[in-house]
Amino acid sequence: MPVPLLSMHNISKRFGATRALDGVSFEVQPGEVMALIGENGAGKSTLMKVLSGAYRPDGGRMDISGSPYKPADPHEARAQGIAMIYQELNLAADLSVEDNVMLGQEVRRGGLLRRKTQRPRVVEALQLLGHPDLRPEMPVQKLSLAAQQLVEIARALVMDAKLIVFDEPTSSLTQKDADHLFHVIRKLRDEGIGVIYISHFLEEVREVCDGYTVLRDGQSVGTGELAATSEAEIVALMVGRNVGELFPAVPHEMGPPLLSLERISGRHAPIDVSIEVRRGEILGIAGLVGSGRTELLRCLFGLDPVVSGRISIARSKPADSPKGRIAAGFGLVSEDRKGEGLAQIRSIGDNMTYSRLAPYSTFGWLRLRRRAEAVQQWMTKLRIKARTDEQPINELSGGNQQKVALARVLHQEADLLLLDEPTRGIDVGTKAEIYQLMGQLAAEGKSLVFVSSYFTELLQVCDRIAVMARGRLREIRPAGEWTEESLMHRAIGTDELES
Amino acid sequence: MNATSKPTPDVPRPQLLGHRHFRLLGSALGPFLGLLLVLVVFWAADTYRASRLDREGRFATVEGMQTVLRNTSAVGTAALGMTIIIIAGGIDLSAGTAIALCATVTAYCFRAGYAAPVGVLAGLMTGCVTGFVNGSLISVLRVVPFIITLGTMTLFRGTGRIIAGDTPIRAHESVPDWMLTLQDPFPEPEWLLVSPGVWLMLVLALLVGCLLNYTVFGRHAFALGSNEATARLCGINVNRTRIAVYTIAGIFVGVAGLFQFALLYGEGDPAAGTGKELEIIAAVVIGGGSLSGGRGSVLGTISGAAIMAVIQHGCVILSIPDSFQEIIIGVIIVAAVTLDQFRQRRLVG
Repeated sequence: MPVPLLSMHNISKRFGATRALDGVSFEVQPGEVMALIGENGAGKSTLMKVLSGAYRPDGGRMDISGSPYKPADPHEARAQGIAMIYQELNLAADLSVEDNVMLGQEVRRGGLLRRKTQRPRVVEALQLLGHPDLRPEMPVQKLSLAAQQLVEIARALVMDAKLIVFDEPTSSLTQKDADHLFHVIRKLRDEGIGVIYISHFLEEVREVCDGYTVLRDGQSVGTGELAATSEAEIVALMVGRNVGELFPAVPHEMGPPLLSLERISGRHAPIDVSIEVRRGEILGIAGLVGSGRTELLRCLFGLDPVVSGRISIARSKPADSPKGRIAAGFGLVSEDRKGEGLAQIRSIGDNMTYSRLAPYSTFGWLRLRRRAEAVQQWMTKLRIKARTDEQPINELSGGNQQKVALARVLHQEADLLLLDEPTRGIDVGTKAEIYQLMGQLAAEGKSLVFVSSYFTELLQVCDRIAVMARGRLREIRPAGEWTEESLMHRAIGTDELES
Repeated sequence: MNATSKPTPDVPRPQLLGHRHFRLLGSALGPFLGLLLVLVVFWAADTYRASRLDREGRFATVEGMQTVLRNTSAVGTAALGMTIIIIAGGIDLSAGTAIALCATVTAYCFRAGYAAPVGVLAGLMTGCVTGFVNGSLISVLRVVPFIITLGTMTLFRGTGRIIAGDTPIRAHESVPDWMLTLQDPFPEPEWLLVSPGVWLMLVLALLVGCLLNYTVFGRHAFALGSNEATARLCGINVNRTRIAVYTIAGIFVGVAGLFQFALLYGEGDPAAGTGKELEIIAAVVIGGGSLSGGRGSVLGTISGAAIMAVIQHGCVILSIPDSFQEIIIGVIIVAAVTLDQFRQRRLVG
């Protein structure tokens, strides 16, 4: 039996009264890509913080290559060869690629940088990652997100990491960049490096990982080979109940047209987009990051100016500002919950009602009790888990935060819901609830525009899917006439010459 | 809807009566306890010293407390406006010189022989105009408040000096008594107990408290301060809210100008307010206001202003030199913010 690269045995960690980790066991072999799967709040982040030395466990033992491992702080963990690559990248934007790769591990003599000896190590790492074209002197802020991620991986390689942890690495990557990342991860595996891969996307896990461990409520509930396990089995382990379907079908019928766009152009994107959305329709918009999907929604919602073209909703032209659009029945759920979607330090009630305080105000004076009653009703309806309606957003899980963002749009009585990546970074259970909610809203006669990078959910949930690339709308077809491959072809624009 | 018919494991608990109001108080409780602590420490030190010297204590006297409250109102009133600004994610470095400008304009009106209401109104209007200028420049030029108000700080001082013709305007002959005694710590008639300025501050504090917690405008100010992008997304007119915030805060600058005018016994000195803005900001920050916006409270701010006034008074009584007093206040500012951050982290983490 080979000695595992990392073994975590019976790890437990408490925060006050809550057991974040309760006897978790987890192993990674050298040259193995291990998936760590679980819903939000299952304990994945806590476990990784224990591994990286940010938290000290209350109990259990860890070994690296057979010898005891007890990091006092993240610095010591790094020295032992543990590298973390988080969802939000940790780079100094103004520094160059080389300086970022070597940050904290600079080659120096007497306080002076030795660029001559340091440069080849950077170049070597980038080459190993299959990116000799990434120039070391380039400022990091000019790179794409995918390239910035490579810089972080290069940093891990230069420090001779034995184990690299990827925490939701593809959440802001395009499919193409993600494919490239998988290629890089396989390379790392072939070098004998152990990889821990954390993701919500089961397809993706299946593509890149060898084994898996599922966490639920702070316990490890299953470990095995991915090849021998079906998706349904993994989902069942994650949610601890039998989720018959991830995509519950809610029958809904299309009504008369609600929104019509005639040759809409924004400042850079969208370019010349014409489209019609009916009542009771879920229209999907597929496309890569940067294809102009988000910009289209922002133009529709009045956040970015419409340079030319006509928008009409229920046959009339809405006013230009977000305020005017809200009045006309538009509602937008932002792709960026933290930065734009929600005021993190304000309460659930505030966030839900900012866009429509009128029902609770008399000459500007608020009836807080009446508002609290309405907010609590919405919390029950969408099953938002929180202590009270006064709880600040940043104390909620990602899934519950997203439900608050959705509740706001429902509370403002929008007829047309613009949903930008509404299921990003939330757990499977909540995803299923959101899909079901979308179906119900369509059945109530609302129109939904659903932007996503996750083609599977578009194909399952939408009535029609439009593909955008380089700011233009390429093609619309009923969902049944698309496949993941054909969507991808259109999104990448390989058949651009034809159109 | 289907979702409602399913059992809900985590239905929000029904609210306990008064919970909402308690929570409102919660964030201001820290600074208020801090104030009590400072009072007790100085009182104890004074009592100990008095017993050694075999005389009566001098800290906890009626006159002493009247002075403390008067000094609180001088900073606290302007700090009420600053609280709204800081909650809305802004800052106003021009407050000090704007106060002096308001006092100067008031003095100018009195010297020119206008009736008292005209002088008062002119001072208040000047405050509003300075706020409106700040808010509009920040919104229209899209430059951060720190820089804009750094600029208007000297701009307002220059304007004041032009109005005053480079020397302080003395106008106290034509000023009615009730104005000159606005900041008199020992008021006539005696049944007022504390200076009229303190009563005015308390009334204004109540109004601002209601404005922040019970109005649509208050919600919008908090939204703007905690996340401007969210405010925009929710259809809040960000520019208009910001201009309103600064203009309303300008009223308090105007009142503080009247106070300064009274303190200087009917004199308007355009250079008098320099540095005052930092005291005002310190009061808000000690009171739990966050410079990254979205946090702050009226009770906290008044407590913050009072803490500084108590230290000032206590140091005089205990014959602690000015220099040490400054060090104590500095330490308290850092300690207050550190404590607050620690509390926030614990809440989140």
